[in-house]
Amino acid sequence: MRPEVVAAMMPVFTEHFGNASSIHWFGQQAKAMMDDARQQVARLINAETAEVVFVSGGTEADNLAIRGIADSQRAKGRHIITSRIEHHAVLHTCKDLEKQGYDVTWLPVSRDGLVDPEDLRKAIRPDTILITIMHANNEIGTIQPLEEIGQIAEDADVYFHSDGVQSTGKIPVDVRKLKVDLYSMSSHKIHGPKGVGALFVRKGTILKPTMTGGGHERNRRSGTENVAGIVGFGEAARLAREGLKTDMPRVATLRDRLEAGLKSKIEFIHVNARNAPRLPNTSNIMVDYAEGEGLVISLDLKGVAVSTGSACSSGSLEPSHVLTAIGKTPDEAHGSLRFSLSTMTTEEDVDYVVETLPGIVERLRELSPYYKKV
Amino acid sequence: MAYSEKLLDYFQNPRCVGEIPDAHAIAEVSNPVCGDVMKLWVKVDDGRIQDAKFKAQGCSAAIATSSYATEMLIGMRVAEARRITRDQIAEALGGLPASKIHCSVLASDAIKEVLKGF
Repeated sequence: MRPEVVAAMMPVFTEHFGNASSIHWFGQQAKAMMDDARQQVARLINAETAEVVFVSGGTEADNLAIRGIADSQRAKGRHIITSRIEHHAVLHTCKDLEKQGYDVTWLPVSRDGLVDPEDLRKAIRPDTILITIMHANNEIGTIQPLEEIGQIAEDADVYFHSDGVQSTGKIPVDVRKLKVDLYSMSSHKIHGPKGVGALFVRKGTILKPTMTGGGHERNRRSGTENVAGIVGFGEAARLAREGLKTDMPRVATLRDRLEAGLKSKIEFIHVNARNAPRLPNTSNIMVDYAEGEGLVISLDLKGVAVSTGSACSSGSLEPSHVLTAIGKTPDEAHGSLRFSLSTMTTEEDVDYVVETLPGIVERLRELSPYYKKV
Repeated sequence: MAYSEKLLDYFQNPRCVGEIPDAHAIAEVSNPVCGDVMKLWVKVDDGRIQDAKFKAQGCSAAIATSSYATEMLIGMRVAEARRITRDQIAEALGGLPASKIHCSVLASDAIKEVLKGF
């Protein structure tokens, strides 16, 4: 978390501990702080404050959006369109709806991880009730042509949800331009606290709540608000908006430095989705003749935290569905590494990785029965 | 991280890595679950394993268990080696996290495979 975020949250634990639903002074103090936070989050994506619904995180935001529309639009139809590279929060929610009798179209993506808007246009049917396509991918960072997709959804009069967990605060987001009806966000992806997120719900959207109770968040999401988390999220959103024009270009430069450095020092590595528009902070690299989990553990022992799409590291023992969808074989996905940079990453951090990884790769390749030095 | 120090040591400093040019038997197995591979070379005289070396492409648990199992083999009677189980290998390295139990099967499969002809 950014230190400013922690500082903003502290008073909520000590002085302003009221329940935002209470009408006494303590409660109203908490409510005022939450309203400020709501405004910050709204400004980050050009929404109105009343359109921001606070929830427990990106996963809940996705669930509320998808299940909420699926439920409210049942009478109109049961067809949902999504992509093959969605985050599990969308993927598994759609799969669950399939089991409940909804019909889901899974759009393919190009080798660079992009949905073809034409495929979407062709997939729309009279009974289509929801299009849910992520803004930017969490593993490879590709940014979908959301404006085009939003236009298609609007022309067809179909609700459009986008999982914006990765893109919020990393690239400019304007929900009006993108023509989304629902947009998911997560606080901890922008250096805010974990356990809080938000769903943008366009005014007039008919959404059946998944949480029922005291009617919090304008009846969109019941449950006493996580005031401290929301206040932290608000401060993180403010900082992210400030940094969009300054921090993010710097992060993109660092990402390019990382990729160029690694490519110059290690043979047989490939940058995934290189030709697509990408988030500034995400780099997905495939290393031939080495396995991802072994690379992750080796880097971890040197103080570098990364992740992998290797089957060996996932609980399900399946290779990453994203890498599979962009045409990578399980063998190729086996050696994938995902680097996530942030505003807090320095040039020294990047150079340290560029110095450290080649030795690790070399060591693992020496162990491989397939690797022959060329 | 849920790996033991011993396992990390075998991953970082694997023993018995390499090939045996005049090996009596070679086996290559791949893990049906995750796709990791292990290649194992052995020399066997008088029913006893005189030398063993391995190479592997796989996760840290696969490399550590492969190395440990190969080291175990040296000096062992063939009959005895055939009885090595994946659990034995995993336990000797301080156990494996639930999601990594499948890794130890790679080494036990390789041992069974390489000793088939003896």
